[in-house]
Amino acid sequence: MSRKIHIVCVTGTREKLQMAAMIASVAAASGDEVSVFFSMNAMQYFVKGSSAEPPSEGEFGALLQTKGVPPFRQLFQMAAELGSATLLPCSMALDLLKVTGDDLDPALGPPTGLTRFLSDAEGAQLLTF
Amino acid sequence: MSETKVIDARDTFCPGPLMELISHIKHVAVGDVIELLSTDQGSAADIPEWVKKVGHEIVGSEQVGNVWHIKVRKAK
Repeated sequence: MSRKIHIVCVTGTREKLQMAAMIASVAAASGDEVSVFFSMNAMQYFVKGSSAEPPSEGEFGALLQTKGVPPFRQLFQMAAELGSATLLPCSMALDLLKVTGDDLDPALGPPTGLTRFLSDAEGAQLLTF
Repeated sequence: MSETKVIDARDTFCPGPLMELISHIKHVAVGDVIELLSTDQGSAADIPEWVKKVGHEIVGSEQVGNVWHIKVRKAK
């Protein structure tokens, strides 16, 4: 039986982005209904053409840059392509960054407000990174 | 006639081997077997969990040296 998993991704550090991406990709590929809401410091890494790399929180962040660890952007993309996860940019974050939905990686869905996200997430599991 | 396809996911870490399996299993016929090669110990334990959850079938899993050979039959 599929579950609904909602992920809020706000911290722009390598460890948290990686963990959120791992959960999103595995859950989506397992048939769970997954949506990821990006805001705050996590948003900038999904602007089209951005090669910015997030800082590490600790020593594990350096280990995550080891060859063979799937990059978080690729995992989020796979969550959307293989498992139909929806990746939603926060409309407020886009306004403050002065970018639009067209400026984001194509894997991301339409700019979404909190009211809509919270309405969709009502009663479901919510994970925050 | 079913076929076996070998996917080399050695030297990738979780969830890389699982993602390799998922992306390839979509493109083979029901009844075909994918033999996944992985050096990730965690994936060797976790992949059978995924296979069971989504309804495919593990037809073999053995460790040869530091490489796991996990055989999965597409069941649906």
